[in-house]
Amino acid sequence: MMIDHPLLGLRDAQEFTYLGDASLIDRPDWQAEDAQETFHDYLYLRENPAGEHRELWFHETGDRSWLVVTRNTLTHEITKVELARDVARARGRSK
Amino acid sequence: MAYSGLRIIKEALSGHKGWKPAWRDPEPKGQYDIVIVGGGGHGLATAYYLASRYQTAKVAVLEKGWIGGGNVGRNTTIVRSNYLLDGNQSFYNLSLRMWEDLEQDLNYNAMVSQRGILNLVHTDAQRDAARRRGNAMLLAGDDAELLDTEGVRALYPFLNFENARFPIKGGLLHRRGGTVRHDAVAWGYARGADRRGVDIIQNCEVTGFRIESGRCLGVQTTRGFIGAGKVGVAVAGSSSRVMEKAGLRLPLESHVLQAFVSEGLKPVIPGVITYGAGHFYCSQSDKGGLVFGGDIDMYNTYAQRGNLPVVEDVLESGISLIPALGRVRLLRSWGGIMDMSMDGSPFIDRTPIDGLYFNGGWCYGGFKATPASGLCFAHLMATDTPHEVARAYRLDRFRTGHMIDEKGQGAQPNLH
Ligand SMILES: Cc1cc2nc3c(=O)[nH]c(=O)nc-3n(C[C@H](O)[C@H](O)[C@H](O)COP(=O)(O)OP(=O)(O)OC[C@H]3O[C@@H](n4cnc5c(N)ncnc54)[C@H](O)[C@@H]3O)c2cc1C
Repeated sequence: MMIDHPLLGLRDAQEFTYLGDASLIDRPDWQAEDAQETFHDYLYLRENPAGEHRELWFHETGDRSWLVVTRNTLTHEITKVELARDVARARGRSK
Repeated sequence: MAYSGLRIIKEALSGHKGWKPAWRDPEPKGQYDIVIVGGGGHGLATAYYLASRYQTAKVAVLEKGWIGGGNVGRNTTIVRSNYLLDGNQSFYNLSLRMWEDLEQDLNYNAMVSQRGILNLVHTDAQRDAARRRGNAMLLAGDDAELLDTEGVRALYPFLNFENARFPIKGGLLHRRGGTVRHDAVAWGYARGADRRGVDIIQNCEVTGFRIESGRCLGVQTTRGFIGAGKVGVAVAGSSSRVMEKAGLRLPLESHVLQAFVSEGLKPVIPGVITYGAGHFYCSQSDKGGLVFGGDIDMYNTYAQRGNLPVVEDVLESGISLIPALGRVRLLRSWGGIMDMSMDGSPFIDRTPIDGLYFNGGWCYGGFKATPASGLCFAHLMATDTPHEVARAYRLDRFRTGHMIDEKGQGAQPNLH
């Protein structure tokens, strides 16, 4: 697989480390009433879809940026690559 | 028709005209007592034990493709009982004991071969860990023997003992571990179940569940609705896809594991060897091919094929352990989709929906679990209480803090 890095262009997936579902960006509020329940779901439950999947990849042997890659889990086709920083900020995170 | 040596001689003399199909190809009935979804090793074994040990009358196994086409026919066939943690030990201990009598029980040659598994160690710390694991295995009633370098050399003189970075310092030998002919396991259980009246229905994909007032009443399939008193799902890599249709999210990710087989060679590797410095394990099939594998591909996938970096990595590890492999040609490679759980351990449990049961999360080690998994899932469905060796395999264990994390990796499925 080749990942089209937004800053560096096409890079071999071998340069990256895979973390998992991009929903990991949405860390729940630890002070909320139902924090115990939401953290359980956040940490342990996964959609695990067959088809389009947004996921976190770390450019470990490259520029060490985190990316959100949209990839089809049935075909391995990659349709979108964003900097995780941009995705997180667009969702209201400070960094 | 019982199989025996005498029978083979008789058939040989009469032109092999008397063999019958090993199982029927029945039309689905409208209603069963228990429907099992998934005709892999675990689904077929569950049906077999339901019929043979729990006298359940009307059982069907629904398989979307053909039986044995999933992971049960794709794995590297290693069976062992070398676990460290409480929740796992008695389960795998039972499973290995069941493999030992399986062929008599099924009247089927599954080529169970207790040829011994050797886990190599390359550092002092690894030797300490192997000693600890070996002691835990002995305490659990399994067998283990710690070998020094010379002990390993006596078994496998051709390994790369002098590797500058990862010299072989010894190994943990589990003599009762070994290999079993994987698709014979699927066929043996299918035949055994069929002979006890189980309907094995192939080309029948489950596309949904009929759930009313919190109770599962049956399944929608590509061959129409099939009613059931109870439904058990054992679909391995497809677990999230199938259970999603009942509205459940699972603590699972689906990942691909690749496996490889070389051209046929004369007998060179009598047992199973695992490398301690890279991820590589190897045995030799009775046809002579070296069967080996390594790491999973690491990313979520449902494609039953992997990518080249892992192929390269597995072959590099293999050649650094067995330099002679460099002269061997690779014949085939393939992939299978596995249900990787959040702590690397499986589930055999009820679900929040009455009458719906789940068996999954077997990661890349569920083949060896097949007999005990089938027995425990049958026990759970027949009696509505967990089997005593499978009590820890609960779906809610992350909520209550009772994970069974053999590797101590945390909630990161691709690291287990
Ligand atoms: C390459 C590889 C090597 C492995 N090596 C080992 C090893 O050496 N030792 C070991 O212990 N384990 C090993 N494993 C793991 C082991 O193979 C699995 O954990 C185990 O086979 C899973 O259980 P199963 O046999 O029931 O799965 P499967 O055979 O995959 O059965 C699941 C079945 O469900 C069916 N299904 C899916 N969706 C539906 C639906 N909607 N309706 C109806 N049917 C459906 C599928 O078609 C499939 O036949 C390996 C796995 C792989 C991929």
